[in-house]
Amino acid sequence: MTLTSRLTGLIGLLLSLIPSTSWSQVETHRLDNGLEIVVIPDHRAPVVTNMVWYRIGSADEPPGKSGIAHYLEHLMFKGTDEIPEGQFSQIVSANGGQDNAFTSYDYTGYYQRIAADRLPLVMRMEADRMTDLIISEAVWVPERDVILEERRSRVASNPSAIMAEQRDAALYLNHPYGTPIIGWEHEMSTLTRQDALDFYARYYAPNNAILIVAGDVTLQEVVTLAEEYFGDLPPSDAIPERIRPQEPVAVAPRRLVYADPRVQQPYVIRSYLAPERNAGAQQDAAALTILAELLGGGPTSVLYRALVVDAGIAVSAGAFYNGTSLDPTSFGLYAVPADGVDLEQAEAALDAAMADFMQTGPDAAHLDRIKVQVRASEIFARDSQVGLARAYGAALTSGLTVEDVDAWPAVLDTVTAEDIMRVAQQVLDLRQSVTAQLRGTPEPEAAQ
Amino acid sequence: MIRYALAALLALIHQSAAAQTEIEQVVTPAGITFWLSQETSIPIVSVKILFRGGTALDPDDRPGAATMMTGLLNEGAGDMDALAYAAASEEVAARIGFDVGRDTLSVSATMLREVRAEVVDLVRIALHEPRFDDDAVERVRGQMMSIIRSNQSDPGELASHTLFAHAFPDHPYSRPTDGTPESIAAMSVEDLRRIHRAAIVRDRAFIAIVGDVTSDEASEMVDRVMVGLPTSDTALPQNAADQLRGGVHTIDLPGGQSRALFGHAGIERDDPDFMAAYVMNHILGGGGFTSRLTEEVREKRGLTYGISTFLTSLDHGPLYLGSVASANETIAEALELVRSEWARMAREGVSEEELEQAKRFLTGAYPLRFDTNAKIADILAGVQEAELGIDYTHERNAMIEAITVEDIARVAERLLQPEHLTFIVVGQPQGLDTVSDPAQQDALLR
Repeated sequence: MTLTSRLTGLIGLLLSLIPSTSWSQVETHRLDNGLEIVVIPDHRAPVVTNMVWYRIGSADEPPGKSGIAHYLEHLMFKGTDEIPEGQFSQIVSANGGQDNAFTSYDYTGYYQRIAADRLPLVMRMEADRMTDLIISEAVWVPERDVILEERRSRVASNPSAIMAEQRDAALYLNHPYGTPIIGWEHEMSTLTRQDALDFYARYYAPNNAILIVAGDVTLQEVVTLAEEYFGDLPPSDAIPERIRPQEPVAVAPRRLVYADPRVQQPYVIRSYLAPERNAGAQQDAAALTILAELLGGGPTSVLYRALVVDAGIAVSAGAFYNGTSLDPTSFGLYAVPADGVDLEQAEAALDAAMADFMQTGPDAAHLDRIKVQVRASEIFARDSQVGLARAYGAALTSGLTVEDVDAWPAVLDTVTAEDIMRVAQQVLDLRQSVTAQLRGTPEPEAAQ
Repeated sequence: MIRYALAALLALIHQSAAAQTEIEQVVTPAGITFWLSQETSIPIVSVKILFRGGTALDPDDRPGAATMMTGLLNEGAGDMDALAYAAASEEVAARIGFDVGRDTLSVSATMLREVRAEVVDLVRIALHEPRFDDDAVERVRGQMMSIIRSNQSDPGELASHTLFAHAFPDHPYSRPTDGTPESIAAMSVEDLRRIHRAAIVRDRAFIAIVGDVTSDEASEMVDRVMVGLPTSDTALPQNAADQLRGGVHTIDLPGGQSRALFGHAGIERDDPDFMAAYVMNHILGGGGFTSRLTEEVREKRGLTYGISTFLTSLDHGPLYLGSVASANETIAEALELVRSEWARMAREGVSEEELEQAKRFLTGAYPLRFDTNAKIADILAGVQEAELGIDYTHERNAMIEAITVEDIARVAERLLQPEHLTFIVVGQPQGLDTVSDPAQQDALLR
């Protein structure tokens, strides 16, 4: 890990390389009960990644039940009418496989990585727990303690994560993206077995799921197995349309300060509401993706250069954007001041660098270098079947289609300097932003 | 019904295939040996170089030297300053990374096949001709200081730093790999050049190349990177006698949760019983969702989100470590369970059924590690550095299969020393009989 990535890690950001993952060899199918199937062939080794993605995430939770999507994800490993309690992962493991799951705002996913000849087993187990989950009285309370410990580990122990929650809550005035995926502690601690079963009954069904298999398989093999294991599961006619409360027109810039005595390295971070990738309309999101690269993608980026290299006022600075989202997402800027520089100076330098960029626009050579990397990332992406499977899963549960994913690299490639300045003008409007300071003491520190 | 069917499937499992990666040992025209695995389906190449040494080579009065030097390798080299170097890397979409740990400095590069010559030249000049320009040195000094500041309230970093200080007094392993505010402030370009000379040497390099290149093409790449590097002039550290002999040390950090790092002496990588210890660790605490500790501490009682144990094969002093986080009110109970499971394993070993399950997982999951070119290159360089032999990836599963419950009982009795288990607890734990650590408390004061 480079020093820059370690510094970025400290403030809780994972700056990905340019997200441009698609592969034309992907094949799809749909069962009669609505289960979508995506197959990503990769015959380099006799292994597969078997994933089931549900179009259900924390932003679909009922009010007052924050964390239920993630809590249910944990409980999905407890057992079914056919898999004894506590045995799900044991069976996968005893077959030489690894399994895990993840929850986000817009999706919940489950996966196994295993030898290709074990695919029938794990696919059958996923089909089984899609409708036959059992949550016994004995397991639900300890598992709720586990998610509360998870919250302590991920959030309460980490001032950056605490501030990120506050920032999102301030950015989204009305949309559930303002509520943390893991949930607010006071609501998590009241979640019950029945809450989980209700959520499960409402949302877990073949017509709300996508089966993604990557690895040493063919579409025909996957379809045959899926017909056998998932084919008889009844679709649900009660799955609601995913219409969440949307943001009002934003009129007031928001500012917040989170002071925590554990903070040894203060920083300032600002997020703006920003449009996301939409089916058939990804141009603005592509321009924002390139804008984030120009501003914050490594040592030659505008903000790093201005604040870290030229002025020496910051130890790190950059920008971030992830367009794969069902509803409007955010675009962010940050600066981590050097020792002896206060947060107000750092923020002023950030603003000045941005004002300068808005005047001059992107450097043509810099834009060219980013395009080179966009094209290369398409080839690099083929090296990771897990990465490809995740890219398709996230996109398909965020309102996009396989065609959109396949078109994405070309859309990125056609972004022009004019496109970039147009979306920058549109998005970088303080009225739809939150500027947050993380500091060790409540009062601004005197320069040392 | 599926219950029977699952049982049948378990019974049918065959000996899993060993990792299928074909590895070739190649000697270049300049006489440098490396391992190559050709994979032609994607036009990319990954290179991994491990230089044995790492932060253990830091001078006594300059901890952090190797980390700071490594951070400067891509901050200007040859006739390019930092920005020119970064732009040149971007122009060819090179993915070059430098990292350093206690025992090794590593170079990772993934590139498109068609620009491999350009990327290899960028790696070459970073290793041979880093500039250590004043402005880059000051920039990285500021970044190091920022990382050190942040480490001072990071539960995991605090615990790790403290454990190594207790485990290896007077040995280079005891020193913080990121340095101290004093050592980083004092670091001169001369210090950086000295550690560069000591750490990046031809005779301590282990090289792997994976991807779409022929043996001749890969040889050219290796010679281009390596020829001209000096040979070593600085001795590696002596082996350390570990000093963990029990006790609970706490470091006060406000918050609702305590993080514990615990352990004692481990087992050498070349010990005949290493594999038995490896399988034992999987059953005790290494096996993710299926280990005994996960079952007792997480599944049954909900005391943690994660508990794990691991054998750290440090070159000069192996340790057997574990970590867990739990609420301040419950960490004592979690640590008591660690002690009792440690003692139970030492006393009873494992059952035939547990061993069978562990073998199925470990042998089945091994090929899953070989899933990208870059990861395969990491593994092949690591196998060389550990001196396990070129057949290791093919034989490793058979070694696992050969372990018996007697082997595990023997190694558990020898390795596990419940009375030596030393706990470092960061947080505000309740109900622990502890020794507080004044030196570390001071470090937290601003």
